[in-house]
Amino acid sequence: MTELSAHLPQFQHGQLTENFPDNHLCNTNDNSERRRHDNSERRRNDNPESETNGQPQNRTQQVVEQDEEDEELTLKYGAKHVIMLFAPVTLCMVVVVATIKSVSFYTRKDGQLIYTPFTEDTDTVGQRALNSILNAAIMISVIIVMTILLVVLYKYRCYKVIHGWLIISSLLLLFFFSFIYLGEVFKTYNVAMDYITLALMIWNFGVVGMICIHWKGPLRLQQAYLIMISALMALVFIKYLPEWTAWLILAVISVYDLVAVLCPKGPLRMLVETAQERNETLFPALIYSSTMMWLVNMAEEDPEAQRKASKSSTYDKQANQIQNEDADLDDGGFNPEWEQQRDSRIGPLESTPESRAAVQALPSNSQASEDPEERGVKLGLGDFIFYSVLVGKASATASGDWNTTLACFVAILIGLCLTLLLLAIFKKALPALPISITFGLVFYFATDNLVQPFMDQLAFHQFYI
Amino acid sequence: MTLAVFFGCSFIAFGPALGLCLFSVVREPLRVIILVAGKAIEGLVALSEDGCSPISIQQMAYVAGLGFGLMSGAFSMINLLADALGPGTVGIHGDSQLYFLTSAFMTMVMIFLHTFWGILFFHGCETQRWWEMVAVIFTHLIVSGLTFWNPLYLGSLIPSYLLMFATAAWAYVLSGGCTQNLLRSLQGQQSETSPQPGS
Repeated sequence: MTELSAHLPQFQHGQLTENFPDNHLCNTNDNSERRRHDNSERRRNDNPESETNGQPQNRTQQVVEQDEEDEELTLKYGAKHVIMLFAPVTLCMVVVVATIKSVSFYTRKDGQLIYTPFTEDTDTVGQRALNSILNAAIMISVIIVMTILLVVLYKYRCYKVIHGWLIISSLLLLFFFSFIYLGEVFKTYNVAMDYITLALMIWNFGVVGMICIHWKGPLRLQQAYLIMISALMALVFIKYLPEWTAWLILAVISVYDLVAVLCPKGPLRMLVETAQERNETLFPALIYSSTMMWLVNMAEEDPEAQRKASKSSTYDKQANQIQNEDADLDDGGFNPEWEQQRDSRIGPLESTPESRAAVQALPSNSQASEDPEERGVKLGLGDFIFYSVLVGKASATASGDWNTTLACFVAILIGLCLTLLLLAIFKKALPALPISITFGLVFYFATDNLVQPFMDQLAFHQFYI
Repeated sequence: MTLAVFFGCSFIAFGPALGLCLFSVVREPLRVIILVAGKAIEGLVALSEDGCSPISIQQMAYVAGLGFGLMSGAFSMINLLADALGPGTVGIHGDSQLYFLTSAFMTMVMIFLHTFWGILFFHGCETQRWWEMVAVIFTHLIVSGLTFWNPLYLGSLIPSYLLMFATAAWAYVLSGGCTQNLLRSLQGQQSETSPQPGS
């Protein structure tokens, strides 16, 4: 799911849902969070314009009449946001491809997931096709069921359940999958390691990851962790999904995404509308954000802080009458010794009530953070994961090897570009998977079957075209 | 082969192009998009043209050409580079021992040629000079035809490089450059007049 943060009067709202068995809850939850976040942002930007209606249809109507200046602005900011997404998507894909090429564990067949029970080692092609269709059908049904379950949970406000689900998934990824990954990397490079050091490393990695993702942390660290868990998840898929099933699942999930986001009764659309009605905040986990997430929390907390402040002010009024006499005596901790020290260091500077009032009258810094340039763009981790699955599968199984991988990579980036551009044009919720995955699949099969044999012959004779 | 071969060939083939990328494309997000997606964005850029387009048609030509060149170069070289990291001896069956090196040089010249062809072709389209477009296609065919001589590297590499320099000069002139500016830039001075848009 992609979102362009609503820094323009028109709202660019891209959505996507990625669901898959192990983490689909996290991702769909993530989707709901994203939508909630996006809607809360929209609301914040709405209020100055006194629009309280959260219906997307009204947006599109306003959007039609806009200045060309705004369009150019849209283009510039759109371009910047596209670039902000290129880097993490590229990084995730690079990590996955590098792992696939070096660690043989992820290309070795060690069984299949329980969600894809039918084997692809069959005698006839027809049987194999049938099995892969059945596998894909089962997987997608699981995803649909889980999405609906999530919508139901969200509608009935079972936030604790969702939150717990999310935490368990993150724990699984950050500790268990990364332990396996690290073990395989050590095996590949024949690095000797003892359990104590390993335990320390995994413990630190996991705990810092949980803190960064679910609570607060430096932005870059959070982004890095999100990219890492996306890569880990993609690697799991690449390992455990048999070939034809994987391609089919990619295709079907793009279609499902299209349907779920654009149809009026689609589960994701219902999630969006529910979140809009409630004007709720998002969990920061499982959404890649290119700017500080705490901006959202800050803005969200302001109304609460104001409420608290107003509550406490009534208490203060009562206390004030008692404390007024002591006001002059209360130096707030700046006792005479402190003042002596200050005087000796920097000279007799002291703020007066007038200077304090002047400083407090300045516009607060939190307004500056709403500068459009600061607003980032958010992309769901499911997008990262499925893009990486496509490119990873291409690099693992293609006969064309690097040509096919490169072609798929460029195809996905072009799809991402186009999706964000369509968002800027249509300004309504659009799924981000279909275009990229379609391009990726087309390029994979075309390059592998048509371009690669040709390029092989050309390279053999050293002909250049 | 060795890591030295790998790095050497990749830098020969992609070094100048990546340098061009780094210095002219990476700063501007729009240029990066056009590098990757090429003409796909052209429509929208034209849409927002209000006398002050965010990116000039020449920049777009340059970046699009560079993008095409990088992709063509990558497709030619990348499997070679991957094989260069593995075991083997070049030319053990009697083929030329300079295979990797000449491939790298040929790739470099193709990348440059694509960049200049992009500029020329866009200019031809803009000013309705069909003969420029024909010339671009014709030189492309010539360069590809030259590679038929390929174990005879003198026959393919040297004419290609000469053609590349000629195309470079033509593209430079069309973009509004003049010899004085070139000399000044070589001497490290600022050029006094900014380049005029191509006539």
